[in-house]
Amino acid sequence: MARIAGVDLPRRKRGVVGLTYIYGVGPSTAKVILEKAGVSEDTKVEDWTDDNIKFISGYIQNNIKVEGELRSEVQMSIKRLMDIGCYRGIRHRKGLPVRGQKTKTNARTRKGRKKTVANKKKVTK
Amino acid sequence: MARSIKKGPYVYHKLLTKIARAHDSGRKNVIKTWSRSSMIIPDMVGLTIAVHNGKTFVPVFITENMVGHKLGEFSPTRLFRGHSGNRKK
Repeated sequence: MARIAGVDLPRRKRGVVGLTYIYGVGPSTAKVILEKAGVSEDTKVEDWTDDNIKFISGYIQNNIKVEGELRSEVQMSIKRLMDIGCYRGIRHRKGLPVRGQKTKTNARTRKGRKKTVANKKKVTK
Repeated sequence: MARSIKKGPYVYHKLLTKIARAHDSGRKNVIKTWSRSSMIIPDMVGLTIAVHNGKTFVPVFITENMVGHKLGEFSPTRLFRGHSGNRKK
């Protein structure tokens, strides 16, 4: 059972893929980690030795910001933007896209489910 | 693309002299500027700078946290008053 940084890794997946289940570890970081550990990328998570697991979890603990720590850092930077009242902060506050995307259509990820506005009744002659 | 480090942060040169003058005379009044693209530098902390938004000057009190942002980020150019029929708050 490989439990790294408080996350259970999927046992039947390739090492590189398995590591990306950790928040803060993507494909390229996973590659670097496995290279440092001297484990092949293709080794399944369940085939890692205990030493491998120990090295990998130690490496992540000492070198990479992951999970809760990373999440709180992201939250802090967003909070800073909102506190200083800059454009990006205002967009965060309003729940609108921050990076200049159009909002006439789309932008549903930020705005949430569509809110339909009732049409005005047409005046009949 | 990011600006080269070699050049340093961009600040409109007239704004720089105004800041220097404000410091010499000891925390003067609001500084008006149209230069929205100027970077906020540590020298500006504690000053109030009125940044033009195309219509009026929006006074911005510069704090430590704002260093590294541009002046224009604090002076919104668009005014959204809400859609019609959106009465409830």
